[in-house]
Amino acid sequence: MQTQLADFIKDTPEGREADAILRTCVHCGFCTATCPTYQLLGDELDGPRGRIYLIKQVLEGGPVTERTRLHLDRCLTCRSCETTCPSGVKYHRLLDIGRQVVEENVPRGGLEALTRLALKEVLPRPWLFNPAVAVGKVLKPFLPSALGDKIPEAAGAPAKPRPTAVRQRKVLALAGCVQPGLAPNINAAAARVLDRLGIQMIEEEKAGCCGALRFHLNAQEAALDDMRRNIDAWWPHVEAGAEAILMTASGCGAHVKEYGLLLKDDPLYAAKAARIADLTQDAAELVMAQKDALLPLLAHRPAAGRKVAFHSPCTLQHGQKIRGVVEELLEAAGFTLTPVADSHLCCGSAGTYSILQPVLSKQLRDNKLSALTAGLPEVIATANIGCLTHLQSGLGSPSSRPSIAGVRHWIELLEDQLTAPETDSAAGTVA
Amino acid sequence: MGDRLPDSPDFATDRAALLAGLGRILPASRLYGELEDLKPYECDGLTAYRNLPLAVALPETEAEVQSILKFCSANQVPVVPRGAATGLSGGAMPHHQGLLLSLAKFKKILKVNPVARTALVQPGVRNLAVSEAAAPYNLYYAPDPSSQIACTIGGNVSENSGGVHCLKYGLTVHNVLQVRGYTMEGEPVTIGSAGLDAAGLDLLAVMNGSEGMLTVITEVLVKLTPKPQVAKVVLAYFDSVTKAGNAVADVIAAGIIPAGLEMMDKAATHAVEPYVQAGYDLEAEAVLLCESDGTPEEVEEEIAAMRAVLEKSGATSLRVSANEAERLRFWAGRKAAFPAVGRITPDYLCMDGTIPRKNLAKMLLAIADMEKKYGLRCANVFHAGDGNLHPLIMYDANQPGELERATAFGAEILELSVALGGSITGEHGVGVEKITQMCAQFTPEELALFHGLKAAFDPAGLLNPGKAVPTPARCREYRQIRGEQA
Repeated sequence: MQTQLADFIKDTPEGREADAILRTCVHCGFCTATCPTYQLLGDELDGPRGRIYLIKQVLEGGPVTERTRLHLDRCLTCRSCETTCPSGVKYHRLLDIGRQVVEENVPRGGLEALTRLALKEVLPRPWLFNPAVAVGKVLKPFLPSALGDKIPEAAGAPAKPRPTAVRQRKVLALAGCVQPGLAPNINAAAARVLDRLGIQMIEEEKAGCCGALRFHLNAQEAALDDMRRNIDAWWPHVEAGAEAILMTASGCGAHVKEYGLLLKDDPLYAAKAARIADLTQDAAELVMAQKDALLPLLAHRPAAGRKVAFHSPCTLQHGQKIRGVVEELLEAAGFTLTPVADSHLCCGSAGTYSILQPVLSKQLRDNKLSALTAGLPEVIATANIGCLTHLQSGLGSPSSRPSIAGVRHWIELLEDQLTAPETDSAAGTVA
Repeated sequence: MGDRLPDSPDFATDRAALLAGLGRILPASRLYGELEDLKPYECDGLTAYRNLPLAVALPETEAEVQSILKFCSANQVPVVPRGAATGLSGGAMPHHQGLLLSLAKFKKILKVNPVARTALVQPGVRNLAVSEAAAPYNLYYAPDPSSQIACTIGGNVSENSGGVHCLKYGLTVHNVLQVRGYTMEGEPVTIGSAGLDAAGLDLLAVMNGSEGMLTVITEVLVKLTPKPQVAKVVLAYFDSVTKAGNAVADVIAAGIIPAGLEMMDKAATHAVEPYVQAGYDLEAEAVLLCESDGTPEEVEEEIAAMRAVLEKSGATSLRVSANEAERLRFWAGRKAAFPAVGRITPDYLCMDGTIPRKNLAKMLLAIADMEKKYGLRCANVFHAGDGNLHPLIMYDANQPGELERATAFGAEILELSVALGGSITGEHGVGVEKITQMCAQFTPEELALFHGLKAAFDPAGLLNPGKAVPTPARCREYRQIRGEQA
């Protein structure tokens, strides 16, 4: 596509990156077909191709008002378009650059600014967030539904005890910001699975939010500080030989894998950030790499046979391009996967999107839940805390959905299966 | 370039009055009139030709469409209908004095009838979504343009779209039973019927390929086709494009009608392989994809016949798809070929000439010479089986003069298509892109008949004016210049 970037940006690193991305786009429109918001709204301005054009205008010095900002705000950053794009357009990077320029030109006021400030400051801090959830549960009946719906019905299953064995092989794991409060069993389950595989999982307390949250709320400088703090916290472990940095939330994983790119112009951190990004693995990648050790452990377990619908988070399938891996692990563990239509579409959670764009988010969630429950699963599995709580909020109370046990992280299901008592018949074959 | 529509008359539309009038029909969230919102609507899939509309309307109901058309008709405002805007000839390029009417919100599949094997759909339904909705009944919608993931049925009818399987299953015109819509004056029209034939003149054929100039389509009844029991594709590699071109003619001459017969040259396979990882042989100068479908016995027999012809025609190696996943992967590369070329060039023009199959090799050699003449690269991807060429002329719009060279390159290909006994368009339509070459294809008398047909539906000439059919003035000028050159 022809470009003519304005003087204010054309010779900056961001300007050069944006220009290169714009020039890969040939405007074919394939991306609109898999864009969740274009599919809902049918407006060029609410699809990737139109947003690329809007950003191009802004970077070329065109007029920019709330009108442009509205359509950029509606983007989920699910990156489904990147999976579809044959030309290889790095849309999410262009959006990051475009959103920052728009944010500077069209500042937000009043309640909107306040909401964003609260999200930026509270969510990444467990010491603020966890008490807030507790208070929220009490106040839930009095809150607007966009917010009330986000407070989990029952925080995920209580955490099982963590293994205490000290092992030679070690991986670092990110605890995350909201996950320990909302679903503490996820990382406990990951630690237990890894323990069975002979790997010790360490959580470094000094690490905190991965930075994605603030980054996508256009507090990019603050986000870079979150990232530097995590690098400092992890670095001694990396030097001590940690094999990998494990992510049990695919949203965090997608972001940490970009540390190298995002800090490439920071002379102090560029090299370390690249190393951290290289070491980062989603739980699915890490467990799959240990498949040879895992399969014998599963061999004598009862065939679970439980029907599971898997929702692959966008940050897993589009952001990290990990497809079919969790599904293979669940099947190996004896679960039966039910078919899910339009599995490429976002569930509407998308970080803070569910709070900032409640109407679209709810539509996407309801569509996703119909697709997930069509095959009558007993439980829904996913790989990201945001999707998990968002989908859970749409299921309603347990009494209204007796057939579905809820939404869980797949590693919890795998862990349940690993600790299930051995069956007689399986034991029989051993004897 | 092409910032105006020279073949359209002038209209004196007042934007404020237009917005005020439409504002009584549509809410503000579905009506755009500010530059910021209009700009992304300035072109379709052909970005070289752009034009800002005065306003964009996004109706959701037929009643809204009708009211908009009545208002525009009464106020002499030109209207350009638009679907998914994936078109490659500028058919949905806006009119600078008019309204752009988006039908993208009409995306309901109203009914799938497995017994009659039909689907009733709104115009904004994606081509692939029709096949997905029909899949539970083991049916599909046969025409499959490469953009089928995104392009929509209204646009398919307007451009009479083809696709890789149209060699055996026909173009859009062969797969549509009925079209409903509104004339520019807002009169409802139904053309065609659920039956295979109807009394009176066959106006349905006129609707297919009418490029948004006759009616605004709001509903389409399409035929569904039973899925074949088996389909397999043969990949045949060649060490020269000439041999591959001749092999196409040999396959057809042997009496075989493949379900699809496509060709890509080396430049094209190099562009798509990183995206699809289909495992194409990147050393070969050209690859043919030759598909057979039917019962297992039919496919086995036909694949054997195809192999024999392709080997005799000089294929250096052959590979048959081992399973359905592999077959789809082989096709995925072909279907993504246009945009994948975006990986190796910032911009391209996609040509659409169609020529007799026996002349394929001659055309490919001529294109190779033109690459040198214009100093631009060209990747060749095409529906070889029906002689429909899609040369992708690569250029860089940021380099002064390159677009002009690319346009001249394209014009020479189209004129050679006509000289070789072919046509300037196979399936993409004329739009604004090939309007000059219409003067090479048709006589002034023939063009006058086209204008007469247009006037029968739209006497005021308000629906998508300045597209597809050139004015006599343009053709006089064209002939004068050609005459001087000759």
